[in-house]
Order: sequence, then structure tokens, then C-alpha cells
Amino acid sequence: MAEVPTDALKHTPLVEVHKAAGARMVPFAGYLMPLQYSGIMAEHTACREGAGLFDVSHMGQLRLDESEPGAAAAWLERLTPSNITGLKEGAARYSVLTNEAGGVVDDLIITNMGDHLRVVVNGARREAVATHFAAHADAKVTVTPLDRALIAIQGPAAEAALAPHVDVDLSALTFMTAAYGTAFGADAMISRCGYTGEDGFEISVPNAVAATAWTTLCEDARVAPVGLGARDTLRLEAGLCLYGQDLSEEISPVEADLGFVMPKRRREEGGFLGQERILAELADGPNRKRVGLAVGGRVPARAGAVLQLDGRDVGLVTSGGVGPTVGAPIAMGFVAGQHAEIGTELAAIVRGKSVPVTVAPLPFVPSRAKRKT
Amino acid sequence: MKRFTKDHEWIEDTDGVLTVGISDHAQEQLGDITFVELPDVGKTLAKGDAFAVVESVKAASDVYAPVDGEVVEVNAALDEKPELVNEAPESDGWFVKFKAEGVDLSDLMDQAGYDEYLKTIS
Repeated sequence: MAEVPTDALKHTPLVEVHKAAGARMVPFAGYLMPLQYSGIMAEHTACREGAGLFDVSHMGQLRLDESEPGAAAAWLERLTPSNITGLKEGAARYSVLTNEAGGVVDDLIITNMGDHLRVVVNGARREAVATHFAAHADAKVTVTPLDRALIAIQGPAAEAALAPHVDVDLSALTFMTAAYGTAFGADAMISRCGYTGEDGFEISVPNAVAATAWTTLCEDARVAPVGLGARDTLRLEAGLCLYGQDLSEEISPVEADLGFVMPKRRREEGGFLGQERILAELADGPNRKRVGLAVGGRVPARAGAVLQLDGRDVGLVTSGGVGPTVGAPIAMGFVAGQHAEIGTELAAIVRGKSVPVTVAPLPFVPSRAKRKT
Repeated sequence: MKRFTKDHEWIEDTDGVLTVGISDHAQEQLGDITFVELPDVGKTLAKGDAFAVVESVKAASDVYAPVDGEVVEVNAALDEKPELVNEAPESDGWFVKFKAEGVDLSDLMDQAGYDEYLKTIS
């Protein structure tokens, strides 16, 4: 993306707020986005210890309306291997859109808002998703992109920092549930979800109140703005996939170790795009599998590093860097199925040198999502 | 007197021993530095060789030899405290000392010239 001229980039409603805060701005997903404010380490720590504030307005927010009850959920069950028809009102679900070849078109969050479904897709995949939806359109389902800001607040102080500004009882929302309400004086959809491994919320608000929402939350001493740099280290420590690195049109959800998005009913009944490959991989095991990698020493193994066993190529690092909370280099990558067992010792080739890596459990930092008890 | 390269190394000549590091601008661009891979003492380098690697949280970046020379000392303090490069890039955060005979640094930028150069690339 670096070759995209800055003036060709789209802006979120918060671009001026980021610039005024001294953020270093970079092109990302076609938008001019903040890479960092005070520094990746400090922002990462602020999110783990207090609350981090993220502008995720570049992500696509879509509204799915239907002309018959259940049509939108049934349609999404042809495009995802998840249980969407069983999604209760106010419940959200992480899933993947699959293609005919069993690869992943995008990963997304689907929420049942009662009278319609709400979908959030990756910023860089907006067009790919629109094309995919159009190619598999259903006359009973209407997809409408929403032009709204999306702000995430993540971390142990997220609920306390957000609560004074919303009329929704946040303590009643558990992980992966959502509610309508008023936030910062405007209509808002508030979801208890995120992509950092921390407890937290995503708040969809009208563009006109985005700057007020952001600056009001930043006035709380516990809250720090967080850029894309720390967003990436947080999600890597949380063991979560980044589309374009750990997920692609070629990688299946089974290979990506996303079995949890495919419940028993869907595995038995099928009826989704790419099911031939996906069901076969579920039955027989995939040829390659996403794993966590603990990296020995201090040289990080980054995306693109080849993984070897006894000098033979057996995989590839797809995300890697230093985990600020872990305090050591960590990575995720894909390895041949027979080498995916926890504890398997491999080597990552970094600048021609062999760096020891060990297949490790994910996540690297335990999730603090507020689940139902 | 410090001289600067367009690749954001600084170089200071003290009686034929050249101390080399990265500029304040460079460390700021790289962000939090977590590890610096330095060459072995005794290594001979040609101008333009990548002699060190700076690992920041986000990326690995090469550092290039601004002159021909032999590495006579490396900054062992960076092994324990790589953040010295962020804190004091143009003093305690130096990388290596080169022994180089008869090197002419006059084609490199001085501080004022480097400051001007930074304005052109920002």
C-alpha cells in the first residue's frame, strides 16, 4: 500500500483528530490511518493495563435487510460455515466468508439486531466482499453499506471509561452481544467484542459525533489512543488472524484453525460455499495448519520467514514480531499437519540465519473477554 | 563534528576512529527498538555494506556502512539495553567504531545540511 499517493487515500471522520494528536499517519486499507501516537510499546501496554482507543472506521459496516423473516440468515449460511439462523437477537458471531474453493474471502462479525443483521468486514476487503455478495446475491436480501464511524475501546478499564457516556447497561452485555442505545448524545450500536484479547467494546456512531466521542474518551486518564502498530501486536498476542497474512482466498478455515466457527450442525448438513474441501479437511485433517510459534532468542521471525525442520521447508511464518506483553518475539505461521503438534521444534530462517522456534499454544496472552458464567 | 548520510547514519571521526550510529530522526521513524544485531569486531566492511540490523517492534531495518573500514569496537551496552538507541541515538546509543585510513567525510552532510535534507523528505 505504500505506493498509494497520500491524496488518493480515503479519510475516516477522525483523521484530523489523529493528526492534531501528533499521530504518525500511514496508508492502510485505502485509508490514511494512525500507525502510532506515543509509541507502539506504550500504546500496547496502555491497552493491556487501562484502555486503548482505536479508530476502526475504515472497516466496512453493512446492514442486511430481508423481505422474508430468516432470509438474510439463511443466505449467510450459504456464504459462511457458521450458525447464523440460530443467532439470537443481540448476539454477535465471528465467522468467515468462504469461496467455492474453500478459501476465505474475509473474516467478519455478524450481529442479529432483531429487525436486520449487521455485518462488519475488513477495510481492505470491502470491495472483495461487495463483489462476492453480488455474485451470490439473493433477491430477498438487501445489503446496504453504512457510512458511520466505528470506535473500539479495549482493556480492563474499557467498561468504566465508556459507561458514563452511554445509556446502555454495559455490565449486562457479555462477550459477543450488542445493543442499541445512545452514546455521546447520538444513536449508537454498542457491541462487547474486539480483537485484542482484552474485554472491550465497539461503538458504531454517526460520523458527526465521532470526534466528540473520541476526544471525550481520551480525556479519561485511563484511556490512550492506539494506532495500527499496537493493534497488530495486541491481536498477534491474542492469537487472532489478520486477513491478508494469516487468512486468504487460498487458506481454508480448517487450515487457519478456525474450527470453532463451524458448529456440528453445519459440519453435518453442509450447504455452504467450499464445503467439499472444508468438510474433507475436517474429516481427514488439513495438509497445513496455523500454529503459534515461540521464538528463541531476540531476533523476531516475521511474516515471510520460511520454517524448516532438519533443513527441509515445512512451513511459513504469516505474522510475527515482538510481543510487548510476552516480552519476547512471537509468531504465527502455517506448518505441514504432521509438524503442528505443540512443542515441535522448528527453525525460522531470518536473513539467512536459523532462528529456533517451538510450536506453542495460542493465545500467547490469555483472553480477558467477559464471557457468560 | 558529526556527519550524516542520506540513509540516516551519523559518523564522527576521532583521530581516525569513526563512531557510527543512527540519527535521532531514524530512531523516531523506527519506533521502539527491541534488538540491535551488531557485527563482530574485526569484520572488514565496504562502504554500502549492511553491517547491522535494527529490530523495532514493527520491522527489521538494515544499517549501512558509510565508509570502508574495519570494526574495532561494538557498543556492548546495546545488547542489554537496545532502547538506548531511542533514548540517546547520537551519543550512548552508538553502534560501532570503525578504523578507517584517510577517509574523506566532506561529501557527507553536516548537522545543518542534514536538517535541511530532513525537510525535503518529510
